[in-house]
Amino acid sequence: MTTPGMVLHFSVEGGDFAAAGEAASKIKKALRKIGIDAGVIRRVAIAAYEAEMNIVLHARRGRMTLEVAEDKLRVIAEDEGPGIADVDQAMQEGFSTASDLAREMGFGAGMGLPNMKKCSDTITIETVKDRGTKVIMDFNHR
Amino acid sequence: MNLREIQQLLAAEILWGEEILDGVEPRYACGSDLMSDVLAFTKERTLLLTGLTNAQVIRTAEMIDLSGIIFVRGKRPPQEVVTMAKERNLPLLMTELPLYETCGILYSAGLEGCSGLPSRRR
Ligand SMILES: Nc1ncnc2c1ncn2[C@@H]1O[C@H](COP(=O)(O)OP(=O)(O)OP(=O)(O)O)[C@@H](O)[C@H]1O
Ligand SMILES: [Mg+2]
Repeated sequence: MTTPGMVLHFSVEGGDFAAAGEAASKIKKALRKIGIDAGVIRRVAIAAYEAEMNIVLHARRGRMTLEVAEDKLRVIAEDEGPGIADVDQAMQEGFSTASDLAREMGFGAGMGLPNMKKCSDTITIETVKDRGTKVIMDFNHR
Repeated sequence: MNLREIQQLLAAEILWGEEILDGVEPRYACGSDLMSDVLAFTKERTLLLTGLTNAQVIRTAEMIDLSGIIFVRGKRPPQEVVTMAKERNLPLLMTELPLYETCGILYSAGLEGCSGLPSRRR
């Protein structure tokens, strides 16, 4: 990826449902402000929101980053948390270890990671058990 | 069909958005309590019918620019959720009808789903 022209960071707290979605909302607003195509914004917003919710639902704390380059947008969601034991399994539609509380809130369908894959042009997941997870998503926008 | 007509069909209570109902015309509707499904399967200008009343529903609406939300089976969202909707210019309605019946009424009245499959309506 070329040198990013704009980089924004947002911290995310695990379990903080009241604030969940703030980072994705700010990412969406930032992209709108710089005139990114509406269809691309929609894909980024969905993917960023799912990634943020995964930190809130499954990890202790984390950080979201938006990098804007000439032709590419990158969203990074990294967290301190349990890590993902089996990434291939986690990527399958319907697989979820979400808590009952998460389900009551409307999450835990096991659709987040598949959504993120569908919305982004490339997705990379780095994860270490009991340490944390880093999800990197790229979106072409030109 | 605009939100005013939808509100009248369902005899729904207007929780927020009285002034903008006439100008909001959803093209599709989706009934779900699973936010990731809503994020995955809805298109632009979709009206959401749901039994969930928490802040995440408003966040979801914000992410994908939903046209509005109808809370079913008389589920009333807390005031802070209504405030969030207001800040986002997102109309909120509430009906006593359960999800299935609410969907049925709107589908029969011509509001399409998001699947893209041919409608079997008569
Ligand atoms: N950041 C993360 N840290 C630890 N585990 C994760 C993380 N993200 C995902 N997982 C694991 O992968 C599973 C699948 O994630 P996915 O986002 O697809 O579904 P979900 O979060 O359970 O439900 P949904 O996204 O539909 O609300 C999760 O249930 C969890 O076990
Ligand atoms: Mg998820």
